[in-house]
Amino acid sequence: MKCQQCEKPATFHITELTGQEPQELHLCEGCAKSYLMKDESATPVAPTLANVLAKQLQIGKAAEELAKLDQRACPVCGITFFEFRNQGRLGCPHDYVFFERELTPLIANIHGESRHVGKHPPGHAGASDQQTELIRLRREMEDAKTKEHYERAAKIRDQIRELEKQVKPKNRPQAEGQGTA
Amino acid sequence: MSTDKLNDLAIRCGEWLRGSGPQSEIVMSSRIRLARNLAEYPFIRRCTESDRLAIEKSFQDAIGSVGDWKSLLFCDVAALPTVDRQLLVERQLISRELSETNGARCVYIDPQEQFSLMVNEEDHLRMQVMHSGLDMETAWEQINKMDDLLGERLNFAFHERLGYLTACPTNVGTGMRVSVMLHLPALVITQQIEKVFRSLQKMGLAVRGLYGEGSQAMGDFYQISNQITLGRSELDLVKQVGEVIPVIIDYERQARAFLVKESRKDLHDRVSRAHGILCTAQTISSEETLHLLSSVRMGVYLGLIQDLEIPTINKLFIHTQPAHLQKLRGAELPSADRNVERAMYLQAHLRPNSNGGSAKDN
Repeated sequence: MKCQQCEKPATFHITELTGQEPQELHLCEGCAKSYLMKDESATPVAPTLANVLAKQLQIGKAAEELAKLDQRACPVCGITFFEFRNQGRLGCPHDYVFFERELTPLIANIHGESRHVGKHPPGHAGASDQQTELIRLRREMEDAKTKEHYERAAKIRDQIRELEKQVKPKNRPQAEGQGTA
Repeated sequence: MSTDKLNDLAIRCGEWLRGSGPQSEIVMSSRIRLARNLAEYPFIRRCTESDRLAIEKSFQDAIGSVGDWKSLLFCDVAALPTVDRQLLVERQLISRELSETNGARCVYIDPQEQFSLMVNEEDHLRMQVMHSGLDMETAWEQINKMDDLLGERLNFAFHERLGYLTACPTNVGTGMRVSVMLHLPALVITQQIEKVFRSLQKMGLAVRGLYGEGSQAMGDFYQISNQITLGRSELDLVKQVGEVIPVIIDYERQARAFLVKESRKDLHDRVSRAHGILCTAQTISSEETLHLLSSVRMGVYLGLIQDLEIPTINKLFIHTQPAHLQKLRGAELPSADRNVERAMYLQAHLRPNSNGGSAKDN
């Protein structure tokens, strides 16, 4: 069999499956190579988080609006939107609530969906405010320590311990609870 | 964690290269990982060292209270020497991220190496289950149970609408990544691999190299995994990846059959040369070794090499990697010495006349 594009013998028999119907190609080595290479250059780049975000922000926002948004900081963990934008990682679970307006279109872009339909944690009651408060208090305590406000830090520590008691023993199963007091 | 236990690990083959299970001629392993975070701590990037230690303690208590998990191997990754961390990466028991990052972090490893629990990776917990061959459904059942055991003991960050909350919004929802590791040398030789990948990308699947994100496709190993994590159930995601794997297996088989039929001599030559180099080289890098072992592995399956067995080759894939080589030698070696050591190791295990001997020390 001869190559479909020149006179050389066809040694490559390609079945193209990406179109509507399978298409058979019979090519020589040279023509096969250039056929395959041509396609390669058109490889779509998988959208990265930064790309999607950049596009989304450019569309809807004026420069000063963007600058303002960048400075917004989560009251719980302290991360700014600018830091998230740069690192691509959020600071705490509360960010999903605090930056909801920005994250909702981003998440829809990445996943094409906006609602979880998978499993739930066993016996889950929803992330409580107490847990979020714990994150905030621990940060406040660290802050007090670095500023050498030790009395204040100690006070916050007591608050943390109290809260920790309230959140901790959830519904720990008794049957296997050997070794845990 | 004692280094002794890691030495014991090094001698064995590890789950992903055990080379058994369904379709193991082409499918190396099936892996599922779940990302989870504790609701009462910030995500890792915003954690202080004391947060990280407290997170470790929370997991220690929870894991310690599971009766079946008494025998797990605990490794304080932060305290491990570089070579030991690398050993765990080579065995796919921890991620490169966990190995290379700073701060308190640890891993619990199943002695059979079918699962591991990484603490303080990109998320507070990354758990993974890995099975040899094509075996995603059982892997899901296993990791689902593990997740329930921990979910009963800990408060994972969860949002009614968004599901499990993760440090990166690309993992939110199920927090699940299903990946199947494939060995596709014939698709590489016939230059069809790029096309396969493009079709996979169009279907919303990601293709990565041997060691995950950003790693090159060494030794013709490729990981296929789901890209999205939200808006589909875990079983749907397993199905999404599961449906496409038999198609790729079929492509690879066809490509192998094509090579045997159309250019048997060239193929036989390629495989024999690869075998020859591995048997006689005096110094050899791990990249070249992977590359050549890949040809040999395919050659054995196609009956082009007679006196070699697949388990031997699978074992060489892992034992010739830098950290394993050093562990087996019992000494840290600079790169140039490693290349010599690797050549010696390959010679001892591949030369036909040494086959009897190598079978004994396996």
